Amino acid sequence: MQRRNFIRTTLAASLAAAALGIGLPAQAQNTIKVGILHSLSGTMAISETALKDMALMTIEEINAKGGVMGKKLEAVVVDPASNWPLFAEKARQLKTQDKVDVIFGCWTSVSRKSVLPVIEELNGLLFYPVQYEGEELSKNVFYTGAAPNQQAIPAVEYLMSKEGGGAKRWVLLGTDYVYPRTTNKILRAFLKSKGVDEKDIDEKYTPFGHSDYQTIVADIKKFAAGGKTAVVSTINGDSNVPFYKELGNQGLKATDVPVVAFSVGEEELRGVDTKPLVGHLAAWNYFMSIKNPVNDAWKKKWADYAKKNKLPGADKPITNDPMEATYVGMWMWKQAVEKAKSTDTDKVVAAMAGQTFPSPNGFTMKMDNTNHHLWKPVYIGEIQSNGQFKVVWKDPKGLVQAKPWSPFIAGNEGKKDAPEKK
Amino acid sequence: MVRDLAFGDSEVRSKAIGALVTSADPAVVSLLQAMIEGEVQTAGDRQVLIVRDDKAVDAATGQAVDPLPETREDVVVNNRMRRELATAIASFKLSSPDRAVRLAAARELQNNADEDALPAIAAALAKESDPEIKGLLTLTHASVQLGSTDRATRLAAVRALAQSDTGATKTLLLGVLAKKDGKFVETDDEIRVEAERSLSAVEGRLLKGDIAARVFSGISLGTILLLAALGLAITYGLMGVINMAHGELIMVGAYATYVVQNLFRQYLPGAFDWYLLFAIPMAFLVSGLVGVVLERTVIRHLYGRPLETLLATWGLSLILIQAMRTIFGAQNVQVENPVWMSGGVEIMTNVVLPWSRIIIVAFAGGVLLLVWGLLTRTRLGLFVRAVTQNRQMASALGVRTPKIDMLAFGLGSGIAGLAGCALSQIGNVGPDLGQSYIVDSFMVVVLGGVGQLAGTVYAALGLGIANKFLEAWQGAVLAKIAVLVFIIIFIQKRPQGLFALKGRQVEA
Repeated sequence: MQRRNFIRTTLAASLAAAALGIGLPAQAQNTIKVGILHSLSGTMAISETALKDMALMTIEEINAKGGVMGKKLEAVVVDPASNWPLFAEKARQLKTQDKVDVIFGCWTSVSRKSVLPVIEELNGLLFYPVQYEGEELSKNVFYTGAAPNQQAIPAVEYLMSKEGGGAKRWVLLGTDYVYPRTTNKILRAFLKSKGVDEKDIDEKYTPFGHSDYQTIVADIKKFAAGGKTAVVSTINGDSNVPFYKELGNQGLKATDVPVVAFSVGEEELRGVDTKPLVGHLAAWNYFMSIKNPVNDAWKKKWADYAKKNKLPGADKPITNDPMEATYVGMWMWKQAVEKAKSTDTDKVVAAMAGQTFPSPNGFTMKMDNTNHHLWKPVYIGEIQSNGQFKVVWKDPKGLVQAKPWSPFIAGNEGKKDAPEKK
Repeated sequence: MVRDLAFGDSEVRSKAIGALVTSADPAVVSLLQAMIEGEVQTAGDRQVLIVRDDKAVDAATGQAVDPLPETREDVVVNNRMRRELATAIASFKLSSPDRAVRLAAARELQNNADEDALPAIAAALAKESDPEIKGLLTLTHASVQLGSTDRATRLAAVRALAQSDTGATKTLLLGVLAKKDGKFVETDDEIRVEAERSLSAVEGRLLKGDIAARVFSGISLGTILLLAALGLAITYGLMGVINMAHGELIMVGAYATYVVQNLFRQYLPGAFDWYLLFAIPMAFLVSGLVGVVLERTVIRHLYGRPLETLLATWGLSLILIQAMRTIFGAQNVQVENPVWMSGGVEIMTNVVLPWSRIIIVAFAGGVLLLVWGLLTRTRLGLFVRAVTQNRQMASALGVRTPKIDMLAFGLGSGIAGLAGCALSQIGNVGPDLGQSYIVDSFMVVVLGGVGQLAGTVYAALGLGIANKFLEAWQGAVLAKIAVLVFIIIFIQKRPQGLFALKGRQVEA
């Protein structure tokens, strides 16, 4: 009896497997597979989960409008769990096993660096939606977030100006990995070029997931006694919650020591009481509070999607800059595929040059002709008591071209503004 | 003037604030206050409104505006405006009859006073009778006057600043003593001598404050380590169970707090601020219960087999993590601090002790006392000690050892739950919460000496304070490494920990 059962189950299982095996290629002809590679657990989940949902919403929207070249998009979601080597493994799995044509993913630079060799080896395509430190230009990656000259440098310039408080001393505070270290290297060189003395710059790092910011906030206070100080925070992930809580508890007010953050948006502030934080700053290329019809429509779309799918936090739907970058990136990819009439990486890469798309940030975004980065507007916002940001400064130049090779790092002078390999 | 304030650019606004301050009109304060709180809006290009709870008042005339104009624009106030507004409001408030208001205003001015505020400060100083406020104002007055061209004024200012205890004063005095191109900026010798004397007085006070702050943050970190390790000191220290799932029991306690918080928000929003009082016993019960279930189903079959226990409890920890992921999602959940745990108390200038930390220190002390009382003063405690010291003998004397094992393990787990409840107030609550504390907990228990409650306490506080002083000196990343290296060396030299049990029971 038992044996017969065993045979029957095995038979059924193999039949099912065979059915699936036949089913897959048949289906694959009607769909285009899109890999989504964002951490859904671990320290980065606070930031990346929303990007996964935004990617799914965009796919749904594209499918509702007829898909890409008449084919529906099919999402393949994996969870690399804030574990950097796992990012590479999952990227390889997406490309070789699931046969996706494009991957949207990564937040931290260390995860992108981990995926990079895989994606270059397999000639894949990655859309990276987060601001980062530059110093990289791969044929296989499109960077839809900001380069340092589209976020970090303008933010520091603003804090130096009379309007921003005229800061003379600087605390560069970050999580200990490649993005904060490189950004701070660029900022240090930039500050020196502006005549800031070595002793007026204090660089500090904490591990990922650090949660005890007592000493650091106390040290910032002490440092600030030596003259008008501003803090540049490149803290990433859920450490931001205890950091901002500590700022509030210790009464470090924005009027005395403003903190400008490059990885804190509306989503990260969700769990924080922002009343003591009013006036602290963030620099991004999009804020939820920006008023224009495209943004209004987009926010509504997102709110409806969140409610329909019962996403956590759907009662208070929030949009932020990397979500916007994900959305714009995916639409541009769709347009490029249709222009190239193929999902082949090389053809899509060629077709991406010069793509435009009306973004919720109030501008028609443009992909640069050669350097794989977007032209972006630069905004600086102050935290409000309701957890939103209010724009207090925007770059008068409008759209700013990205400079992935920062002129403030030695040896970058001769580098080409285009990927080396073709 | 009001229109300048609302429509002008920063320079125009700044002038308008200056002009409004000199006008000494009481309505001005409420306008400036409304502005700082973001309640000022403009309608069209002429009207300035103060909008509060959907009711608008015209800022220029003071008359109510009804209905609200459709298109209104917020007046954007940035940090520079906010600072100038705060200074202006403070100089108004210096003449308030209420002592607390005057004190707050004097504090505010201390950081931001400039030449413009000088007349207001001088006038207030002449009238002020309260010694504390007077002291603050004198210092502020002096620090502004340091730039005076009159020698006598400067000298008096430098002398007065000796009473200060802020870092900003140190910077000011250093400025007096600074050299430029080999020559002193301040040419008067007497002033420089006075400045040095004042500087050393200020620095002495600053150093005291600094050390106090470090010691407190060390104690605070120590008590968190203690809370995390206390449960383990019972399950591992006394019972000898290598419980790798200890961190997850902490995590369960944090989630229990989260659930209680949500229940209060939904059903008792009025009493929301007091949810923690209810969450504490809940966290204890839930974690304790989970502990008892683990003990009954798995661990009791493995007593005396440490390697199997280690593997089994590690597996259990993974199960618990995955269970929480399935129930609550992989993302961190938000546990809000009650109002009474936000903010801090300033014990010295620049030394702010956050309430949440103070309360956790007190809470850890309370838990420690309870555990100690339970183990040394009650019948259950006596049995627990008896069973852990000599199981056969205790059993022969009629102690039901399985029941005692279960209760002791439940107690250790419950205390882990209490730790989770406390940790939820200062850190993030997610399924991985326990992972970051398990290593620390074992570190503390092993360093303190297995089987010793007192050792655990000393080890936790010692590690906390050492970590904080190292962090100040070398940064957070290196401090952690240094502490770990220290422990490795220490355990090599003294494997039994700080306090070793003496006698035969060690071998049992």
